[in-house]
Amino acid sequence: MTMLPATPSQTIGPFYGYALPFARGGDMASDAHPEAVTVHGYVLDGEGAPIPDALLEFWQPAPDGSLTGAPGSLRTDPTTGVLLGRDHTGFTGFGRVPTDADGHYALRTLTPPAVGKSAPYLSVCLFARGLLHHLYTRVYFPEHEAAQAADPLLAALPPRRRATLVARGQGPRSYRFDVRIQGGDGDGADAETVFLAFPLG
Amino acid sequence: MRTQEVPVSSEPPAETQSDIDAEIEALRKAAAARGLSHPDRDYPPYRSSILRHPRAAPVEITDPEAAELSGPVFGAGDVTALDADLTRRHRGEPLGERITVSGRVLDRAGRPIRGQLVEIWQANASGRYAHQRDQHPAPLDPNFTGVGRCLTDDHGRYQFTTIKPGPYPWRNHLNAWRPAHIHFSLFGAAFTQRLITQMYFPGDPLFGYDPILQSVTDEAARARLVAGYEHGRSVPEYSMAYTWDIVLDGPRATLFERPEAEEERR
Ligand SMILES: [Fe+2]
Repeated sequence: MTMLPATPSQTIGPFYGYALPFARGGDMASDAHPEAVTVHGYVLDGEGAPIPDALLEFWQPAPDGSLTGAPGSLRTDPTTGVLLGRDHTGFTGFGRVPTDADGHYALRTLTPPAVGKSAPYLSVCLFARGLLHHLYTRVYFPEHEAAQAADPLLAALPPRRRATLVARGQGPRSYRFDVRIQGGDGDGADAETVFLAFPLG
Repeated sequence: MRTQEVPVSSEPPAETQSDIDAEIEALRKAAAARGLSHPDRDYPPYRSSILRHPRAAPVEITDPEAAELSGPVFGAGDVTALDADLTRRHRGEPLGERITVSGRVLDRAGRPIRGQLVEIWQANASGRYAHQRDQHPAPLDPNFTGVGRCLTDDHGRYQFTTIKPGPYPWRNHLNAWRPAHIHFSLFGAAFTQRLITQMYFPGDPLFGYDPILQSVTDEAARARLVAGYEHGRSVPEYSMAYTWDIVLDGPRATLFERPEAEEERR
């Protein structure tokens, strides 16, 4: 079969802010949900400076483990055209959050169930001004240490690299996860986040 | 002063267009044999990429059960019909050349991406975004915001009505200008197929000077970012038609499962 050549990526640029973010984009779960957790952190550049114009997207299985997703993340008012955002009657599996002026983002969601041989994780797609092609990474949770020892991705990484993919617990139902787009040369505290590639046709 | 690339300083950028041209040429030669579709994330002629690209190679995921092999879905409630017409979002008509932009979203096997979200954003006819951080001294248009979205139909088709955006200056180097473009955001069947890119207009004299477009070092790949003008689709006395098909990367796992895929190709 002859494969069509792909359309190249281009940077998201600085001006997506009035186009892509939508109301409650980072609230994959409702505030009121008793099991809702917060995942938050900074997106940092090669000098450790926060990036105020990044956009993070999240994808995860529903609580029942299904990966079909559900519509309704944006939910547009048909009368006014205003984006209302999700109504939390279902779980869409999709979240989108821009970083703020401090380079900080916050997501509210439900801890995902495990899929396959992996420990539970959130899939992350990162866009930013200056980034010519988006990056994929994952957020794992500190509670799942045993499952992570058998996780096909984590088990193959040296400890310091692995640590960049595991959020740190920060009080009840809150996790800190920073994304360092470019790290120092060593495996120190400024280690670059592990990014992922998928075999493409 | 435009704050896009140098948020604080009011000093003009030190490098000139010919400095950037030389860097673009050197990298084009170095990449010539590779024929890559996507830009290298490390592309110093685009100055903002210097501190915003990873140094380590990405880690390959070969797990056939990876969550990223599925992806978000959207439905009729996520868009309204009006969202695809950027010229009718305000009381009056926007200034500029009214155009339609249409095409298909396909995977690499030529299969249509059906019912998926397409989002666009763009500058107005004067080259200014309705964004607080855009300080380019060109007029805002009270009748144009520059945001659109739609779902693809059963053949993977999308269509927008808008105005042709203007080129605009930025501060990558002295006398840097972006060719006119529309930003596109696309979803496929899998999260791995996610794409954000920019569509350009045929014959723009700024192509060769623009490090963002030139970050795609393969000439044939760059050409895939340029829309075609299709006179037969223009609406007499109303709008001019540009067409642009988009091909998303496909996860290998989805590529061989449906033999009828060939029939979907034009
Ligand atoms: Fe732009």
